[in-house]
Amino acid sequence: MSTVRRVNTESLLVRCVLIVLALGFLFFFLGLPLLAVFAEAFKQGFGPYWHALMEPDALSALGLTLLIALLVLPLNLLFGLAAAWAIAKFEFRGKSLLTTLIDLPFAVSPVVAGLLFILIFGRQGWLGPWLQAHDIKIIFALPGMVIATMFITFPYIARELIPLMQSQGKDEEEAAVSLGASGLQMFWRVSLPNIKWGLLYGVILANARAMGEFGAVSVVSGHIRGETNTLPLHVEILYNEYNTVGAFAAASVLALLALVTLVAKTFVEWRMQKETEMLSAELPPERAPLAAVVQQAASQAGDGKLEAARRSPERIEK
Amino acid sequence: MHKTLKLAFAAAALIGAVSAAQAQQKEILNVSYDVARDVFKDYNPRFIAAYKAKTGEELVVKQSHGGSSKQVRAVADGLEADVVTMNQPTDVSFLAEKGLLAADWNKKFPNNASPYTSAMVFIVRKGNPKGFKDWSDLVKPGVTITLPHPKNTGNGRNTYLSAWGWAQRQPGGNEKTAAAFVGAFLKNVPAFAPGGRDATTNFIQRGQGDVLITFESEAELIAREFGRGNFDVVYPTQTLQTEFPVAVVDKVVDKRGTRKQAQAYLEYLWSKDGQENAAQNYLRPTDKDVLKKYAAQFPPIKTFTVEEVFGSWDKAFNAHFKDGGSFDQVYQVK
Repeated sequence: MSTVRRVNTESLLVRCVLIVLALGFLFFFLGLPLLAVFAEAFKQGFGPYWHALMEPDALSALGLTLLIALLVLPLNLLFGLAAAWAIAKFEFRGKSLLTTLIDLPFAVSPVVAGLLFILIFGRQGWLGPWLQAHDIKIIFALPGMVIATMFITFPYIARELIPLMQSQGKDEEEAAVSLGASGLQMFWRVSLPNIKWGLLYGVILANARAMGEFGAVSVVSGHIRGETNTLPLHVEILYNEYNTVGAFAAASVLALLALVTLVAKTFVEWRMQKETEMLSAELPPERAPLAAVVQQAASQAGDGKLEAARRSPERIEK
Repeated sequence: MHKTLKLAFAAAALIGAVSAAQAQQKEILNVSYDVARDVFKDYNPRFIAAYKAKTGEELVVKQSHGGSSKQVRAVADGLEADVVTMNQPTDVSFLAEKGLLAADWNKKFPNNASPYTSAMVFIVRKGNPKGFKDWSDLVKPGVTITLPHPKNTGNGRNTYLSAWGWAQRQPGGNEKTAAAFVGAFLKNVPAFAPGGRDATTNFIQRGQGDVLITFESEAELIAREFGRGNFDVVYPTQTLQTEFPVAVVDKVVDKRGTRKQAQAYLEYLWSKDGQENAAQNYLRPTDKDVLKKYAAQFPPIKTFTVEEVFGSWDKAFNAHFKDGGSFDQVYQVK
């Protein structure tokens, strides 16, 4: 790595063509659809757009979408943190099974996930008769939608934290405990500061998914206007009703939420990178903790952050 | 981040407050099909006012809309619908099968429990360049028809039964000639759209096909959304009268104690006011006087019902759309 050599021997033309191709692809598959959403939303001017957004049904859909995210995220935060902690810092039987289970929501189609909850809580489902008898509403009401969204966003935080925690090892925690820290002190002063940006990153991803989830929620919602319609469901219904402006106005709100998420995500990534740089700069290289080395290597790899961190430390150290 | 949190809390509080305020009033839920939103958006305030004038009771009516079959499945799975207002009798029968309402639900209200009807009509390109006048024009070579799938969409089923019924009712017509006719008809459908709305998008926005077959009432929705100047409506010589069956969901109203309200809600659909509301939303009223009043928007049309041609909806469904039924047979002829 000491000598810098131009590896790229392609001619200028080839490079330009490749760059144009890549940018063109990005534009057609990401930029254009995004523009189309806003173009359709504002097709009849700002008045109808605003009117469509201020409609009580649209407002309640937005409120419900935020409410669900607000209920789901703290629960998933707790679960994700606990699961990542257990998996990254301890050895126990059934660990690989637990890891697989956490990944399950990634593998299962959201619609199937929704049907699963119908099979459990539905009128004809396992718990259906009991729930009916006690007049408890789970599906086609808020609890069912929260459960479905939780299932779908289950892995995001844990998946983000596990490689990070694994790469950090448990040296620092052991040091804290040996110096007399209580469990809680160790968590607040050592573990949490080490993972805070990764945690936030996971929360942002989970939040984006929670607000945009369609399939699973659609199955358990019941589509009651002003009550169990989230923003993505509202978009579909308006579209099917030939209300194009209304549908795309609601879609534009979702797109804006996504853009805000992207900005937040980029900021957190930038902070993560900065933090690890500072950490490794403070310490002489040969004594830098393994975690910092791994993270630095990871941040140099850019996008391949997770992949790099997953690789065995020995290979990266060299 | 704090702002969004506050906003979310405010929204949550609002939802809580609103639902608490509504808890005091009787509430009924109407589970309905996709494009019925306008009909009931106008109908509900009319009914609520009339009901209050009559009984002094303040009611709240909630709406749920979605694909017809998906909606009744949700009701069967526990969505607490006091009433269902659908666009296919088979969907209501499905609830009867599941024991949620009586098997003779279509005898509980007049006109087969359908307060208004519609008819299958042709939507053609502006000026009708191919000169379509009747079903027989659609089987000519070179014609392309835009159609959602007859096996699993209401629109597709009604179109299929309409073409079949027309052929069977021609001089010398019988099941054999009808099957041959529908086979030729389906040959002119290059690909089935997954749903009614997709078929409309394909036809209007992507310019696919020479003719789109849909409900008369939906032609009006398309005109409102995409502009009246973009297409013409053609009425064939004979076509299928489509029904919009309604029913009280016995299991739910008995549990929630809302039978009286649910019954009144549906009965009011047959009142003059309810019938006018239907007419204003381009559904053909069953009340003769109201139909006459709105004659300008409902050209006279010769229709036949599923009962007349196929015996009953259940029979039609079993004979034609079940796996291995007529649809599978004539469509394979291709």
